[in-house]
Amino acid sequence: MPELRDLYQEIILDHSRAPRNYRQPASANQKAEGFNPLCGDHFTVYLDVENDSIRDVGFQGSGCAISKASASMMTQAIKGKSKAEAQKLFDTFHKLVTTGESNGDKDNLGKLAVFSGVSEFPVRVKCATLAWHTLQAALEGKEDTVSTE
Amino acid sequence: MTTAVKTPPAETLRHSHSAKTGFDVEKIRRDFPILNTDIRGKKLVYLDNAATSQKPRAVTDAVLRYYQHENANIHRGVHFLSQLATTEHDRAREAVRSFINARDTREIIFVRGTTEAINLVAQTYGRANVGPGDEVLITAMEHHSNIVPWQLLCEEKGAKLRVAPINDDGELLLGELKKLIGPRTKIFALAHVSNALGTVNPVREIIKFAHEKNVPVLIDGAQAVPHMKVDVQELDADFYTLSSHKVFGPMGIGVLYGRAELLEKMPPYQGGGDMISSVTFDKTTYNRLPFKFEAGTPDVAGAVGFHAAIDYLNEIGMDAIAEYEHELLAYATQKVSGIPGVRLIGTAREKAGVLSFVVDGVHPHDIGTILDQEGIAVRTGHHCAQPIMERFGIPATARASLAFYNTKEEVDALANGIKKVQEVFV
Repeated sequence: MPELRDLYQEIILDHSRAPRNYRQPASANQKAEGFNPLCGDHFTVYLDVENDSIRDVGFQGSGCAISKASASMMTQAIKGKSKAEAQKLFDTFHKLVTTGESNGDKDNLGKLAVFSGVSEFPVRVKCATLAWHTLQAALEGKEDTVSTE
Repeated sequence: MTTAVKTPPAETLRHSHSAKTGFDVEKIRRDFPILNTDIRGKKLVYLDNAATSQKPRAVTDAVLRYYQHENANIHRGVHFLSQLATTEHDRAREAVRSFINARDTREIIFVRGTTEAINLVAQTYGRANVGPGDEVLITAMEHHSNIVPWQLLCEEKGAKLRVAPINDDGELLLGELKKLIGPRTKIFALAHVSNALGTVNPVREIIKFAHEKNVPVLIDGAQAVPHMKVDVQELDADFYTLSSHKVFGPMGIGVLYGRAELLEKMPPYQGGGDMISSVTFDKTTYNRLPFKFEAGTPDVAGAVGFHAAIDYLNEIGMDAIAEYEHELLAYATQKVSGIPGVRLIGTAREKAGVLSFVVDGVHPHDIGTILDQEGIAVRTGHHCAQPIMERFGIPATARASLAFYNTKEEVDALANGIKKVQEVFV
């Protein structure tokens, strides 16, 4: 039986209360919007990308504890990474939140591993991945709002 | 927090209802097998009745009996079963007529549900009567299904969609509303009861005023019919819509009530079998009412099940149901609004069935997940009413919605669940 504390771990609650990089970096040169029409979660992810490297990242918007904490922790995890590294991290993260497994990539995930509990709550997977889908769109330079539906 | 429902203290209410009305909720609960379900070892507390209601055994038995012993296509055959199925379908229509007190079964159109009923009126009455520069009036508390069909119509016809505003309690501003009914208004569509706020609109007064201006009125009754006695003649509604699945009947069937003289003049909705009286490649003449609007094989089993639901409700009595629920909602309002950090969204003086709320510092989606862990089913989100969420400046709410099989013990479980939510998020 899934336990609430597996989902709402202390670090997740902390990031949802006080999200990091909750800003629009002045140097941002790419951005995308993400929207979950079912619950109304709505985020914008801002990137400062130069020579394939994510120099800075921020986000703004509103959403549930899971989506907000995920966005916050994502910004910390991808700052300074290359586009390909960020994409690889998303792949690993996606596997983690959908299956609870990480293919031995747990070291890469770092703090993001706390989201493994999400896999026990299938309807919350979209919350955990909304910011990541938005990031992907920003990296690809897509203008349309990303929707989880 | 101001709540408009005036009640004695919770403890006085706690055990008073059954003695007063003879309403035996425990007996009623035994008629609904699903209410006995355990969710992860906890007793199900089903408070999502505005999304769909549960079905009494009488309804599921009727559907099963129909398919096992009576199934055939209607209006088709001379054989015994076809005639039996046709009779059952006719009897269901008569049961609906009587339930909402329409004058004639010709005024009862079976559709898939309220959504289809509203689309039907928009696409037939609307397309025939709304032109460029005309206006369609709705209100700020409508469900998407009573917004989008009219938007589509207005877009097609170059007409304007006007929206009557509401106040902070979620009540229509009647003065403003009356000003919006003008010479260009071709139809006014509004909810009897708001699905997101629970507001009961004074539809009789509103219809009277609209009729003085010669404006026909469609009432979306999806959230009213499960909670109160509805009499379409007393309301003087031109159109009234409802969904069986919200009234303890099967999913997939609903009703459009329409005044016969309006229905007669309206063009058909969908073409096909059953809606014609004769077809040649040159000309088709349409069937009489109600069949003109019922193309194709209908949901006969759904009609039979809905008939069983109506019989079941009549046995208990809609007035007894309304009285019991009124007291239950008052109890729930007091219990939930009394929790520090909880704010009700929708505090109209007249309410039915719905308790929408937000909790400080907690997103409704998180409320829903935590309550679910306690076996408590509520809806979280915008409830297909995004403009309402915008009006109140919130992304979403958690919504507990009641039926006559809910109990004060379940309301207590909800209140304890909300406290648990707050503990997780301290």
